[in-house]
Amino acid sequence: MLEISGITKSFGTRRVLNDVTFSVSPGRLTGFVGGNGAGKTTTMRVILGLLASDAGRVTFDGTPLTASDRRAFGYMPEERGLYPKMKVAEQLIYLARLHGLSHDRAQRNANRLLESLDLDERAHDPIEDLSLGNQQRAQIAAALVHEPTTLILDEPFSGLDPIAVDSVVGVLGEYAAGGVPVLFSSHQLDIVERLCDDLVIIAGGEVRAAGGREQLRAQHSTNRFELLFTGDAGWLRETEGVTVLDFDGGYALFDVDTAATAQRVLRRAVDEGAVTTFTPKHPSLAEIFKEVIA
Amino acid sequence: MTAPTGTPAPSFFSSTWLVAQREIMARLRSKAFVISTIILFVIALGGMIVGGIVAQNQSAMPVAAVGSAAESIQGDDAYEITEVGSVDEAKTLVEDGDVDAALVPDDSAAGVAIIADTEAPTSLMMQLSVTPDVTLLDTSGDNSFVAYFVAIGFGLVFMMSAMTFGSVIAQSVVEEKQTRVVEILMSAIPVRSLLAGKVLGNSILAFGQIAALAVLSIVGLSIIGQSELLLGLGAPILWFVAFFAIGFVLLAAMFAATGSMVSRQEDIGSTTTPVTMLIMLPYFLVIFFHDNPLVLGIMSYVPFSAPVGMPMRLFLGTASWWEPLLSLVVLAASAVLVVIIGARIYENSLLKMGSRVKWGEALRH
Repeated sequence: MLEISGITKSFGTRRVLNDVTFSVSPGRLTGFVGGNGAGKTTTMRVILGLLASDAGRVTFDGTPLTASDRRAFGYMPEERGLYPKMKVAEQLIYLARLHGLSHDRAQRNANRLLESLDLDERAHDPIEDLSLGNQQRAQIAAALVHEPTTLILDEPFSGLDPIAVDSVVGVLGEYAAGGVPVLFSSHQLDIVERLCDDLVIIAGGEVRAAGGREQLRAQHSTNRFELLFTGDAGWLRETEGVTVLDFDGGYALFDVDTAATAQRVLRRAVDEGAVTTFTPKHPSLAEIFKEVIA
Repeated sequence: MTAPTGTPAPSFFSSTWLVAQREIMARLRSKAFVISTIILFVIALGGMIVGGIVAQNQSAMPVAAVGSAAESIQGDDAYEITEVGSVDEAKTLVEDGDVDAALVPDDSAAGVAIIADTEAPTSLMMQLSVTPDVTLLDTSGDNSFVAYFVAIGFGLVFMMSAMTFGSVIAQSVVEEKQTRVVEILMSAIPVRSLLAGKVLGNSILAFGQIAALAVLSIVGLSIIGQSELLLGLGAPILWFVAFFAIGFVLLAAMFAATGSMVSRQEDIGSTTTPVTMLIMLPYFLVIFFHDNPLVLGIMSYVPFSAPVGMPMRLFLGTASWWEPLLSLVVLAASAVLVVIIGARIYENSLLKMGSRVKWGEALRH
């Protein structure tokens, strides 16, 4: 498990990270969410050792990271960069070899990745001749080609069309399933919501929320329910402990004070008609995000 | 997908060598580089051939000679002798323009007379005139023309190569910074390894180019028959190559460091100009002061100009045997110092995007 604890970093007098603490579990996709300038990229750079933090530490399974541990990480920087005039496959092999792979193994990995990212046809073209989406895929391949022990990806999905998103998600999922901790940042909350197992929300250089996706949703859910049935829900307004938020014939959106109240409402609804839907309303990630960064 | 294994980190040297290899390959594949190298070689070779022709005295002067008169200039390459039977025959040849002058036997003190068309042939007259022996006390000035050309040669080759490869290094540093590939590289290998690889790769190329030029000029000089010049120039050329190899490492580190302070190719000039000036200085100094022992003496020890100054002094024969060695040690020591400072600037500047990194910030520990 990759643990980030108490990271603080200032540029001059401006404090950009303040006591940032969270962890990235192996085998899970952890989404790192925050607005522009919230401190996502700086945090990632500190994890990778590109920047030194003023305080705090980064550990892997309890031991502080060494330079050679970090060298085995896979990194995709936010602003994309590969050598524009170098051929795709050649570039991947070069990067893999810088990470210590033999030429043969580097070549095998590059070929396999290019194939699974549908880039094998462009393997011998210079990066600058590729479309933006394909450049992005090459960038992802560059982060994966050396069989990284941990993946740190800064905005891996920006600029990808939905099909490309799926192929990248597939590849990342494979890595996570193989036991690699994966941390990726994104501002596309819908993608994060769909993909990640764990979430870290950062704002103003501070972690505002961190934990499992469902756990966070549960934490931030109010006792809100949605009811749809064939009867008329007018009686809900007079039910004790219920606050109706929205109401239209057989549809109602309401808050309850206790779980018992919810059960009472359900029983009465079943008595009065056929119940189509009775669900606790969990907030969407966007709603949680707005709530925690407020 | 198997469980993460983690590969052993490559050693400092193997990372450096990988970076150096990439630099070399990128350069060799660039058409601009290959073409400019070919042009440089052609210019060098052409210059030598032209120089050789100029140095070999003008083509032999055709002269007609009658009888024993031929003996006075026999065996001199400067004259192409046509022996004729009579004075009249000789006159006809002069009138027709087949020869520039004719030598005929005469009763005068010289023993021969000259017949020419409209102008007295000065060189022939000088050849035949009796001049008293002259002893020159200062012989250093007698090859000043050659010295001037040698000075231009060393100065120009140094400036051209250093500038070409220096700006290539600066550009490659900025390219990595501008495309952010540097972030990936930094997450893979130590920054110093990256810098060392760049300096090494480009130094190998620059050294290769200079060594090829040296071989070209040595072979060229012997082919055009300037064996005498070759004897005097061979050792200075080899010293020049040695000085260049170390001097270039120093310059390469300076170019890499100053290049890393900007984020866009367009801004390179704003930080590398002082380094470019340092490279141009020895060229102008050696051209203006190639006959000034004091300036040359200082130049031969100052690290930036030593690669030009010391070989020049060796050519002129004004340096003792130990002087190039001492100067080389001074140069190597300053190269080490500059590489250390350069590495700090490079490390501090690589991730700073946007406006030019300030010197204070770049040098901060």
